[in-house]
Amino acid sequence: MTAPAAPAAHIHRPTRPPGALVIEIEGVTKLYKMGAEIIHALRGVQLTIRRNEYLAIMGPSGSGKSTLMNMLGCLDTPTDGRYDFNGKNVAHMVDDELAEIRNREIGFVFQTFNLLPRSDALHNVELPLIYAGMSPSARRERALAALSNVGLADRIHHKPNELSGGQRQRVAIARALVNNPSIILADEPTGNLDSKTGEEIMALFEQLYDQGQTIIVVTHEEDIARHARRIVRLRDGLIESDARVH
Amino acid sequence: MTRTIYEFTESFRIAFQQIRANAMRSVLTALGVIIGIVAVTLMGTAINGINIGFQNSLAMLGEDILYVQRWPWRNVDDWWNYINRPAIRIEHAEKLNRIIESTPNSLLEVAVPVAGRGSSVKSGDIKLSGVTIIGSTSDYSRIVTADIAEGRLYNDIEANAGRQVCVLGSSVAETLFPGRPALDQVVDIRGQHFTVIGVLAKQGEFLGLFSFDNQIVVPLAALRKYWGSRIDLQLRVKVKDKTKLMQAEEELQGAMRRVRSQLPAERDNFSINQQQAFKAQLDPVKSGIAIAGLFITGLALFVGAIGIMNITFVSVKERTKEIGTRKALGARRRTILLQFLIEAVSICLIGGVVGLALTFGIAVGIREKLPALPVEFSGSLIFISMAVSIITGIVSGFLPALGASRLDPVVALRYE
Ligand SMILES: Nc1ncnc2c1ncn2[C@@H]1O[C@H](COP(=O)(O)OP(=O)(O)O)[C@@H](O)[C@H]1O
Ligand SMILES: [Mg+2]
Repeated sequence: MTAPAAPAAHIHRPTRPPGALVIEIEGVTKLYKMGAEIIHALRGVQLTIRRNEYLAIMGPSGSGKSTLMNMLGCLDTPTDGRYDFNGKNVAHMVDDELAEIRNREIGFVFQTFNLLPRSDALHNVELPLIYAGMSPSARRERALAALSNVGLADRIHHKPNELSGGQRQRVAIARALVNNPSIILADEPTGNLDSKTGEEIMALFEQLYDQGQTIIVVTHEEDIARHARRIVRLRDGLIESDARVH
Repeated sequence: MTRTIYEFTESFRIAFQQIRANAMRSVLTALGVIIGIVAVTLMGTAINGINIGFQNSLAMLGEDILYVQRWPWRNVDDWWNYINRPAIRIEHAEKLNRIIESTPNSLLEVAVPVAGRGSSVKSGDIKLSGVTIIGSTSDYSRIVTADIAEGRLYNDIEANAGRQVCVLGSSVAETLFPGRPALDQVVDIRGQHFTVIGVLAKQGEFLGLFSFDNQIVVPLAALRKYWGSRIDLQLRVKVKDKTKLMQAEEELQGAMRRVRSQLPAERDNFSINQQQAFKAQLDPVKSGIAIAGLFITGLALFVGAIGIMNITFVSVKERTKEIGTRKALGARRRTILLQFLIEAVSICLIGGVVGLALTFGIAVGIREKLPALPVEFSGSLIFISMAVSIITGIVSGFLPALGASRLDPVVALRYE
């Protein structure tokens, strides 16, 4: 167990009391077949995540972070094991049921932002609401609110290539927030940003956490991970440690 | 339900963004569809035009007129069976009319003898050759298919007396008396002077072959005075109800056999003709055009469909990561399927609209430059070409769109 150094930068770190159970996985494994070779990306993971948590998943490259993340985000299903999301077993759901859960319950933030290049910020943020079947006026209102929450109220009609990297990631975060998801999943959200911009993004996550969001961040950087209140470390497809940070 | 509508709008929006961003590629891809739509609609305009020209031509013959003649209106191989048929004479018309009158509930109204002969005519210095001189009785007014534009037809007295009066077809009147009234003028027909008492309204060309306006109608008695009484006639028989043309024809056949005193075992020594005969001759022309048009259309659409399938595959490949993102945000399979189908359909629809516009331009151009060629644009062509475009889009876009919809979101998101 390698306990992380207490971050000196953060003097006031209010930790909200954990709420209802959101994620509960038990004995989850994931196998990939590469020709004759079988890769054990996850070898039996057990994890529970509650509302109001701010969790970092760490580990060296190839340890299974993204695989676990995809599983948690219902982009993928486990080869074996149990996965309950908000009390619902999702391990054996089919594509469209998983799509429904991703749409309503999960907000993704990607390392490469993954914005639609030809759409402006507003339309990018509206996208999950379109898939949710929300009316144009309602989704415009929600998207505007989400964009101003990330400080981009004056950039709503900018295309991604007219925005800086940090601004793009903030659009992506607004898009993740817009459906009021149960959790926000961010896979290396600062991986494509310089360290100053990365800090700004982490400050934004801090702000969202204060507003009541549940956040899971995947990272291999200690500087990023120490923003979280709990750090789960992976190694070779297994959880090596799971510790609270103060 | 509303969700599907929003997804539809979103799909169209993406499709048009995509087409605009790849304008050149999209236009080139749509070329096959454009050619296909031009082919199918041009074929349609040609067939429409032929049909309309044909209807007009049939109207000139009269939809309710049966023609009793020595020869049938079709090519015969056994000409020797017809060449010796007795001529049709004016007495036959009289006898036939007596039979019609004495038959209760006859389907026939009247039989009118009509003689026709080519001749050249003159008025002053202007000479006109190849005019059809038609001789008939005053009953001609009952079977004439043209309106009388000016004046009148000859009456009973003029007809019986063989007075030298005439009614001119519109183009004869225009040529002999350009820019001035033809009424009361004198026309020289083979050295005999005929006074103009009427002019017929313009009728146009019969199947583009000869003009119905290039004729002069005179009393049959006047014609017989100079051209001999043994002139070959035809009888035009008006039927009471044109929807019962077949039964009327049967009745006429029996009546004519009586007129000709034919024995039961004998074959008819006359032919009864009607407009229907031309339909049979026109059908092969129409189906020829249709087959050629459909062949070109099919070929062009096939090539076009393959092009669109290819471009949709490319589009799916290029946007694999975008598909992954959309799936992560909650797009279901059918949403992605719809998106790429609509993209393919949109390209086809653009091709269809361009093709339609081209055909419309060509049709207008032909109208202006070559008025003799029958073309007729119609609303159903718009419907057909839109339907063909949409179906082409769906057929060619389906496989790539299905592939896109089935992409594993994790794999798609990893795609670089
Ligand atoms: N789609 C896949 N096919 C085959 N092997 C994969 C696939 N995804 C991940 N892996 C393998 O699983 C292991 C864990 O990968 P990943 O979860 O991406 O690690 P991390 O995100 O921690 O770097 C690695 O060995 C990787 O090569
Ligand atoms: Mg990773």
